[in-house]
Amino acid sequence: MEPLEQIKARIEAAVPGAKIDIVPNPGPAQQLSLLIDNEHARAVARFLRIDPALRFDFCSNVTGVDWLDRTVKKTVKVKKLVDSEEKEVDETTEEKIPGYLEAVYHLYSMIHKHGPVVIRMRTTDRAQGARLPSLTSIWRSAEFQEREIFDLYGVRFDGHPDLRRILMWDEFVDHPMRKDYREPDDYEYEPTPHDDVLERAKQHCASRPQLDGAEKITDAVKG
Amino acid sequence: MTATIQTLEPIERPPTTMGSRLEGELMEVSMGPQHPSTHGVFRMNVALEGEIVRKLKPVFGYLHRNHEKIGENTSYLGSMPYTDRLDYFCSMTNNWAYALSVEKLAGIEVPERAQYLRVILAELTRLQNHASLLGFLLSDMGAWGTPLMYAFREREKILDLFESLSGSRMMCDYMRFGGCRVDAGPDWMERAKKIVDLFPRFIDEMENLVVGNEIVIARTQNVGKLSAELAINAGITGPMLRACGVNYDVRKVDGYGFYPRFKFRIPLGEHGDTYDRLMMRALEMRESVGILKQALEQVPAGPIMNPKVKIRAFRPPVGEAYGRIEAPKGELGFYLISDGGTNPYRYRVRPPSFINLTVLEDLCLGHTVADVMVILGSVDIVMGEVDR
Repeated sequence: MEPLEQIKARIEAAVPGAKIDIVPNPGPAQQLSLLIDNEHARAVARFLRIDPALRFDFCSNVTGVDWLDRTVKKTVKVKKLVDSEEKEVDETTEEKIPGYLEAVYHLYSMIHKHGPVVIRMRTTDRAQGARLPSLTSIWRSAEFQEREIFDLYGVRFDGHPDLRRILMWDEFVDHPMRKDYREPDDYEYEPTPHDDVLERAKQHCASRPQLDGAEKITDAVKG
Repeated sequence: MTATIQTLEPIERPPTTMGSRLEGELMEVSMGPQHPSTHGVFRMNVALEGEIVRKLKPVFGYLHRNHEKIGENTSYLGSMPYTDRLDYFCSMTNNWAYALSVEKLAGIEVPERAQYLRVILAELTRLQNHASLLGFLLSDMGAWGTPLMYAFREREKILDLFESLSGSRMMCDYMRFGGCRVDAGPDWMERAKKIVDLFPRFIDEMENLVVGNEIVIARTQNVGKLSAELAINAGITGPMLRACGVNYDVRKVDGYGFYPRFKFRIPLGEHGDTYDRLMMRALEMRESVGILKQALEQVPAGPIMNPKVKIRAFRPPVGEAYGRIEAPKGELGFYLISDGGTNPYRYRVRPPSFINLTVLEDLCLGHTVADVMVILGSVDIVMGEVDR
């Protein structure tokens, strides 16, 4: 497989306007990844899939990652005048990185038998209803896995054919894989929840809602 | 070349012998979650026109316990016994996939004997998984009891081996980062050899029962056909993919473990129907027996653990890794992100049977309700892994 820099250059040539960054991986695994911008994500993914030298026809793994707000401390040696004498002093700078949600796709090629190439997309923030473009139209294997990210991380995928909760039940309110998720009180053991227990229970379950999304599928066939 | 996704062409409706079809009358049936042939708590909402499936939506999550969240709150070693519970038929391969990913993440070498032991145990796992799948599948088709008992008789022999080695039949918790937990003695090797040598007899017996059986052929051939294009696009892996004729086996492609040292072939199907998926299991068992014979012959003496690995308070360097192996059900992968701490920052399982269910609706459309059970049986799912 060609090196990642070359893939990046070729994508930028093929998809005008696409902004690609290489995300470093300091570990020994050496699996670097490409950070693609959301606007051109589908075009980039399509290019990766159909380019004859790459042909990433198999999207193996799709997953979400939650990055909380971080402060990165960097220590740089700076020459400074201390007591009218030049000395090397450690200076610490703090950089605040706002949190975001990330979708990670691991791509392989079944034809050329190479891979993986890792592509990532990032939301702008961690707010409810953070959005990313869906890549299900390019790799069908993302269908259930993007639903899972929506369910557990709360990322909405634009253009997904059937975006519903998949593992949690539909009435469930929160997104349990987020790093700041708080487990609800153990109200399930209360046979008839009342008063404050009922109030707490309501925070995590909407009042008895619509039907499960899988029901009423006959309408879809008729229509 | 077009840039659009290749969509599945609608499967032609098989001619029905029923005189009066309920034209346009749709009935919604909920199949499961409490049904023996759904292989666990799994539900399908099916829209039926007469007996023909017009739409199908799988519903899962009944066994969901957020395995990944638990993995993020546990140390690297603490997740190892928990991976046994993913696909509880194949705990050895689950262990291996997880160990392999952590080894990639931390750059750990594995001693030779441990690699051989891993191959032996993974292939034994494949034997017992495929054997019991054949039993279950025939059970779904109405061959109630006998084939399943035949399969479980063989499976029990292999589980006995696992028990004497690891202390547990199914929840083995056998592998560690950089090796294996306990060594197998020479008597264990002898027992394993005996079981492997006798195994082809069981495969012959099973094949005699299945291959030419008129009922099996009528129930499985041309049922649930899957095209190679859709299979690749939908990320189908394992025997289900190879039944469509796609030559892709992680054992050959990645060459992890010591698989490049062994001679084996990858059986391929032609039609991608249920019969091919069924036969794929029988053929793969023969190849596994071949690998096992070579491995048991060649296994060297030596240490089984890399002495440099600090198992307790294990802290891999900052970074991420995705490791995958060919589990009996398909590609099982673990994606780990380390922030330098004792717990993984992100712990993700790529469950093969979950992703193989993506095409369940496409396989079942146009077939009868009774075929849905057979098709689902041939996908080979375990809910512990699907729901996680």
